[in-house]
Amino acid sequence: MFADKYAEQIQTILARYPDKRSAALPVMYLAQKEFGYMSEEAIAEVAAVLDLEATYIRSLAGFYSLFYEEPVGKYVLEICDDLPCALRGAEQFVEMACRKLNVPMGGTTADGLFTVKTVMCLAACDKAPMLQVNLKYEENLDEAKFEELIARLRQEAMGEA
Amino acid sequence: MAHILLRHRDIPDIHQLDVYLANGGYEGLKKALTEYQPDQVIDLVKKANIKGRGGAGFPAGVKWGFIPKAPGPKYVVVNGDESEEGTFKDRELMEYNPHQIIEGALIAAYAIQAQAVYIYFRGEFMVASAPFEQAVRDAYGANLAGRNILGTGFNCEFYVHYGAGAYICGEESALLESLEGKLGQPRLRPPFPAQKGLYQAPTVVNNVETLCNVPPVVVYGADWYLGLSKDTPDSPGPKICCLSGHVNRPGNYEIIMGETTYGQLINAPEYGGGIPGGKALKAILPSGGSGPVVTAAALDAPVTFSGLTPFNSIMGSASIIVLDETVDMVWAAMKITHFFAHESCGKCTPCREGTYWLKQIFHRIWEGHGTEADVKLLEAVANQMTGKCLCALGEFATSPVLSTIKHFPEDYRKRVRKT
Repeated sequence: MFADKYAEQIQTILARYPDKRSAALPVMYLAQKEFGYMSEEAIAEVAAVLDLEATYIRSLAGFYSLFYEEPVGKYVLEICDDLPCALRGAEQFVEMACRKLNVPMGGTTADGLFTVKTVMCLAACDKAPMLQVNLKYEENLDEAKFEELIARLRQEAMGEA
Repeated sequence: MAHILLRHRDIPDIHQLDVYLANGGYEGLKKALTEYQPDQVIDLVKKANIKGRGGAGFPAGVKWGFIPKAPGPKYVVVNGDESEEGTFKDRELMEYNPHQIIEGALIAAYAIQAQAVYIYFRGEFMVASAPFEQAVRDAYGANLAGRNILGTGFNCEFYVHYGAGAYICGEESALLESLEGKLGQPRLRPPFPAQKGLYQAPTVVNNVETLCNVPPVVVYGADWYLGLSKDTPDSPGPKICCLSGHVNRPGNYEIIMGETTYGQLINAPEYGGGIPGGKALKAILPSGGSGPVVTAAALDAPVTFSGLTPFNSIMGSASIIVLDETVDMVWAAMKITHFFAHESCGKCTPCREGTYWLKQIFHRIWEGHGTEADVKLLEAVANQMTGKCLCALGEFATSPVLSTIKHFPEDYRKRVRKT
């Protein structure tokens, strides 16, 4: 059970706030880590832990873009293509990334390893083109560095398997 | 000159507590706690006229002074939700100079007698903020946070909280809603956070960079701070400028406000180093996506809170996006509009509907189906939004639209048919 498995972390989170509701986003992050995305099961578990309605947790999952409402790959590649990044070639970089991985924008590779998404400004405009892999910054990228990154992640995934 | 905010560029490993302490770290907190009454700290910050670095420029001391003196729960909330297009200064401070943020926030907490500080980072910073979280643990370990800080009897907890991807949470009342575990939507004001903020308690919300100005002011005094900017009393102190887009050396540059012009920032070899390929400048977005665009006419304006007033624009958070002559301003305005349409929280109608329709019209024009009437329609929609939105996001969204139509009508004309 989610609540049992993460009991200690949930207690640490709850201790930070005078109101349980404030723990919603932090506990949702834990649930997303456990279930891979904000599935109905994940939403129900968070709602139970915090004594909130499942509908309420679902509304938060819909509002905040770092919560995924559909299954995603093991590595979520979030590429910024906002204006400052686009001035440094981010739109072409996004096209290249999709072509290399053979996925449409927002899609996941057949092996379930990579999801490619475009996102809004990530506060790294001076180091574009850039992306986050599961929130880790990868900056000053080009086609060769992107290929290296993908190879490294594939190897990492194989090592874990 | 040595950096006042980006101190890690002069002092390696200043993110480590021992290095920070060896270089005068937490002297400001110590001095505030042992030599000043809380009100005297507020007076000092008022006298130094530290203005908010998040974009609005509201004096921090005045904000602190709004907090009622009556005992009871009070909070300091640090705004680290940095999400404005072209802004990346708070992230550098968080990653490399975390103790200066913590120290500034604790001084603010002492000044308003808050029992806890919450720092709200955008969720995207969760991995990059590891050094910051370590710095908080180290501060607790050295009795610089928590119970009976430095044996003075002052108690203040320090918590790190993460958002989850919503630009609107940089707006202070939306940030408080989000911190309470709700949708990040702005509150109707009044009451302002100083009266009813986090959990309905009096709350100060300050930007990361703003709070980094506080420790040196406590250590060196208000006169030192005011003396930094010689001819610009309305804009005292250092400012980190984020330079992005078409410049040879994009990045953060710390300047003293009033000492540097936009032209120097973009072209001087120690700053932006000019535009790649020797191309000509077309436009500057001086405040990320949120402020009106300016042209080369503004290059001699000083980077200060009022420097761009003659050009009907603002310094904002000094996120300077440089656009060269090859950029189609219809495309640039469409990109920014797309951002605001995505980030509109949906609470108030003018912003929710306005940003949606601006986006639709831009796409129609960009795809070659627009007419001259569509450009007029863009202006009409933007003017309908102005002054009618619940928070500044809706106002921001109109700036790039109206200012690009004003300064670059030929770019629009090229894209549309007569009828």
